[in-house]
Amino acid sequence: MGKRLNIIPQKCTGCRQCELACAWVQTGTFQPSHSLVRVSIFDEEASYAPHTCLQCDEAWCMNACPVNAIAIDPETGAKCVISSLCIGCNLCTLTCPFGTVFSMPQGNKAAKCDLCGGQPACVASCPTDAIQLLDTDQTGRWFADWAEHVHFQHVAATADIRQGDR
Amino acid sequence: MAGWTGKLLRVNLTSGSTRIESIPDAWNRDFLGARGVAARYLIQEMNPAADPLDPENRLIFATGPLTGTPVPCAARYMVVTKGAQTGAITTSNSGGHWGPELKLAGYDLLIVEGKAAKPVYLLIYDDFVQLRDASNIWGQGVFDTEDWLRRHLAIPDIRVASIGPAGEKLVRFASIMNDKHRAAGRSGVGAVMGSKNLKAIAVRGTGRIDVANPEAFMKAVWEIRGEMQANPTRKMFSDLGTPATMDFTQAHGGLPAYNFRQGQFEHFDNLNGTAIRQQRLVANKACYACTVACGRVTRLNEAADKYLVNMHRRNWKNATEGPEYETAWSLGADVGVDDLDAVIKAHWLCNDLGMDPISMGATIAAAMELYERGVITDQDVELPLVFGSAQALIRMTEATAYREGFGNVLAEGSKRMGDSFGHPEVFMGTKGQEFPAYDPRAFQGMGVAYATSNRGACHLRAWTCGAETTTMDPHTPIGKGPWVADEQHRTTAHDNTGVCSFAGATGGTTDLLVPCVAAITGHDFSYDDFLMIGQRTWNVERLFNLRAGLTRADDSLPDRLLNEAHTSGPAAGVTVDLNTMLAAYYEHRGWTPEGIPTKQKLAELGIDDL
Repeated sequence: MGKRLNIIPQKCTGCRQCELACAWVQTGTFQPSHSLVRVSIFDEEASYAPHTCLQCDEAWCMNACPVNAIAIDPETGAKCVISSLCIGCNLCTLTCPFGTVFSMPQGNKAAKCDLCGGQPACVASCPTDAIQLLDTDQTGRWFADWAEHVHFQHVAATADIRQGDR
Repeated sequence: MAGWTGKLLRVNLTSGSTRIESIPDAWNRDFLGARGVAARYLIQEMNPAADPLDPENRLIFATGPLTGTPVPCAARYMVVTKGAQTGAITTSNSGGHWGPELKLAGYDLLIVEGKAAKPVYLLIYDDFVQLRDASNIWGQGVFDTEDWLRRHLAIPDIRVASIGPAGEKLVRFASIMNDKHRAAGRSGVGAVMGSKNLKAIAVRGTGRIDVANPEAFMKAVWEIRGEMQANPTRKMFSDLGTPATMDFTQAHGGLPAYNFRQGQFEHFDNLNGTAIRQQRLVANKACYACTVACGRVTRLNEAADKYLVNMHRRNWKNATEGPEYETAWSLGADVGVDDLDAVIKAHWLCNDLGMDPISMGATIAAAMELYERGVITDQDVELPLVFGSAQALIRMTEATAYREGFGNVLAEGSKRMGDSFGHPEVFMGTKGQEFPAYDPRAFQGMGVAYATSNRGACHLRAWTCGAETTTMDPHTPIGKGPWVADEQHRTTAHDNTGVCSFAGATGGTTDLLVPCVAAITGHDFSYDDFLMIGQRTWNVERLFNLRAGLTRADDSLPDRLLNEAHTSGPAAGVTVDLNTMLAAYYEHRGWTPEGIPTKQKLAELGIDDL
């Protein structure tokens, strides 16, 4: 069964409890700069939203790794960095389209979200349930809504273009 | 060292030098952090009688042992200095993300001294500390300043504390704003920063906060989170924000209106939490590690364009924060304005221009009273200052920050303005600082809390209204003095930890913070230690004020509160019996009837060397 983090930006209040919880798992101290989930600033909306690894099916980081140091956790489907194999080439951090693979200052190894082995600390720490752990089946339904939305936008946009042609 | 970083950063603007020092461990033990340790430094380092705007004055930014940790609402830092508005020690508290960032950069305290020859800003990136030219941002608003710094430095995660035009122009109640909308608001800390020619402090910290006893600490944190999650007040603050308080004060006749001449505001339901939520709210916003998220993000629509009376160009389209309860009162009820959009605009102006909205609204209200009585005439002002005029409110707010026209008079605050017109009675405040939004005639305890607050009238040094209306008679002075003193100790200790006061009001009470501090620092603190720390801090602040020239006469309230009762509402017929409460208060504190701490008391607190 694959698992993924579903982030609902509208619920996020920007408190960064997720960053603290993640850093606590990574380092045993409170060091948000080592967190693998980062809360981004959207100043014009005076709002914030967290983002982290989406656990892509076709994971670019995994394909890019020259030493196969990124492997799939059979329990959760998460893509995990095997630290002992990582040579610190940073290819994965460059290829990730979402910027959610990080290079850690100590030892220059790559680090990314591994879903904490199925019990993500960020999910537990979020006071507003803005980060949820979903089964992939449900994610499919969530994306179906989105796909429908995109489809209608697309139809409307192409209709406009055709009208412009005439 | 765990909890505290044990280091302070000292920046001398006159010489341009920076130095890292260590903080004596004994001071951390005795004062816990934030407000306490900073007060200890301030009284030692500067002459309390010096002018607040003199380079001699120190500007101290201080975090507590819990700042930056996941304890709910552990986002606070304190600005401690001699206040430009009050001439007394001030301790202005602010949230957001700036305080934790300073701590993560590795410093408990930042002490700024001297005065720069030309405008500068301070960049702190962990160990890298540099003073840089600020001529590009001098004169700009807080929002533009932060945007420019983030772009110019190309550090997306940088956090900025800055002053707006009000601070540069030395408006007496200018504030220091961080993360655009969070304010170390009161007592004129922004004017002190402006007098030092320091425009902004940009901080990025990639360091860490160590924990002495991790298991016990996380257990204590989750206990507080559990308490707060179940707390009904927490839920109310999350839903409606601080403006929810307006229904409560209105119900008790303690919502001052028209410069404290009424105890209730007839249009309060245009400005309360429900109205904001229904009309203009976009989202909740939290400070660092906050599980309450009382911040109100609001956006105006085209209907609000009717109030485009400002003379300086401004983008009104972006979503911004506000209003809070205090601003909904000061820029609403106190000046008689009942239009929410006008209040929101005035609040945004205060944020962007870097001013304390409480003092701004209260000063305009005092001016409106003088206008109504014919003392201020149309020759003095550019537009009529009548109660309820949204145009006057918005334009005067802007004019004050730039000291344009009559704004130059308002910029001195209502005490100095009242004195200059020969009508000191319109000043509603203590020690030169205007009252916040609780009428002491409805809550007697607030009377003695305002009068004795070391930083001038303040509702956060002891907030008595809740307990007074549930477990006591709010109209009796009996027993209030000693109780307020104890509340002040507790609140001070709470402030010193670096946790927001609202955590205390929403389930994360001070006694629950004790195990957190004990676990993170590894020192065996008890609740009694906390009360002692609060008392010690309070007495140090008091000593500073006495040396600054303040006396018992400054622990006073205006005649309006002492002699003129409301004629209607639940608090009708009640005046504040300050003398009864004050005598009991001094006695309980172990001070002389003149309000001076005795040698014996200082020895008991271990600060007789001061």
